[in-house]
Amino acid sequence: MMADYQQILDRLYTHLRPMAPQGTRLGEDTDLISEFGLDSVNVMDLLLEVEEDFDISVPLNLLADIRTPKDLARAIVRLLEAG
Amino acid sequence: MALFDKFNKLANDRAELFPTGLSPFETRIEEVYSPTEARIGGRRVLLAGTNNYLGLTFAPECIEAAHKAVEREGTGTTGSRMANGSYGGHYALEAELGDFYRCNSVIVFSTGYLASLGLIGTLAGAQDIILLDADCHASIYDACRLSGAQIIRFRHNDVADLERRLQRLRERTENTLIVVEGLYSMLGDRAPLAEIAAVKRRHGGYLVVDEAHSLGVLGEHGRGLSEEAGVAAEVDFVLGTFSKSLGAVGGFLASNHPESEFLRYASRPYIFTASPSPSVVASTRAALQLLRNRPQLRERLWANATQLYHQLRALGYQLGPEPSPVVATLLGSRQQAVAFWQGLLERNIYVNLVLPPAAPGGYTLVRCSVSAAHTPAQIDTICEAFADLRAMLKRSDTPDSHRG
Repeated sequence: MMADYQQILDRLYTHLRPMAPQGTRLGEDTDLISEFGLDSVNVMDLLLEVEEDFDISVPLNLLADIRTPKDLARAIVRLLEAG
Repeated sequence: MALFDKFNKLANDRAELFPTGLSPFETRIEEVYSPTEARIGGRRVLLAGTNNYLGLTFAPECIEAAHKAVEREGTGTTGSRMANGSYGGHYALEAELGDFYRCNSVIVFSTGYLASLGLIGTLAGAQDIILLDADCHASIYDACRLSGAQIIRFRHNDVADLERRLQRLRERTENTLIVVEGLYSMLGDRAPLAEIAAVKRRHGGYLVVDEAHSLGVLGEHGRGLSEEAGVAAEVDFVLGTFSKSLGAVGGFLASNHPESEFLRYASRPYIFTASPSPSVVASTRAALQLLRNRPQLRERLWANATQLYHQLRALGYQLGPEPSPVVATLLGSRQQAVAFWQGLLERNIYVNLVLPPAAPGGYTLVRCSVSAAHTPAQIDTICEAFADLRAMLKRSDTPDSHRG
């Protein structure tokens, strides 16, 4: 699969939208915790879905640097490219 | 952000959930009468949230052993085993656990939490990978962080998900620790250990089973899920604790890998903390003998657990997926869970309240833990209180489903 950033971001949105608290804006720079209202366990559970979708394992160690959909999409691009 | 600002959310949650100031997380147990009764808030309460599975905290044999040890060897060891020396009891307990588990190497730690850190946090390093079940205890998550290894989480009890992740790792599985628990402490469900062992056989890796809640509870001899599932020989490392079925405090690692003895020299949670007190070691040894010699304790425990599980289910409560000595009742909102917990205490029943993120899957729950020391009449009393509170849960306010 091509590791296309925009496609990956769009697929991330499909996972994120059902989790959105009412009236929350969702963009690539939305802070998943402070703006989107997820807690650390929600983020780890989101990761399980995303990992299944992309057939990858995302080490939890990366979460410290993932605050937004953009961060997560970029991490996925790197993991897909690394094979 | 100033130093203490990170606590603002906690302070707000606490004020919102516990406006009267009495928090279920600050329960004061004023007097303990027995393994199943205590005084809380001035009232005599039935204890159903203690992890005291075999009810051994007041066993005369354990109390006598602790007495003798404190008189002979004093109140504390005042130091770590590496720097200040090991007492006879430390080695004797390790030998007795080795005999019990048929393992060459047993290392005793000062708590179960430290045993997790001491094994996982030391054995796995920056080049290694840890695959852990999503519902693993916080001590295992902390141990993973301490290790510096790559941490990969798989779906709770999902063997296919574990297998996919092992396949992706390919030859790196020889540097991989797989970590699961015998009995998960929040919903009381077992790991599918025979299948997990089979996946390990196919793909490689080392298997750690934390038997904290299953020691003395599962298996023909009480060794835990590894014994019950018939895969003890394929479990590389058993972690356990003395603070539940053995009624004291402390933890251990048992393994047949001769190299695990080197953990004594490498494990900071072993080296840089004081060793267990003589009285703790002595009562633990006595409790282990009782666990081995009295299988009827395990039978009594399971009879109580099954009675409680089926009676609560008959009342229409949503419970964890299978009967076990951990009986979790799934509730709705956090406010409802707090009110439910308080309602039980007003009816003289003490259980544990668990809110997310400590409870998995966003659940709120009250957790009963059953003891061999409960009488069938006490289990009935617990169920009567639950029956009384059933009306509190409106249908719309209960969780739609629980995970199976």
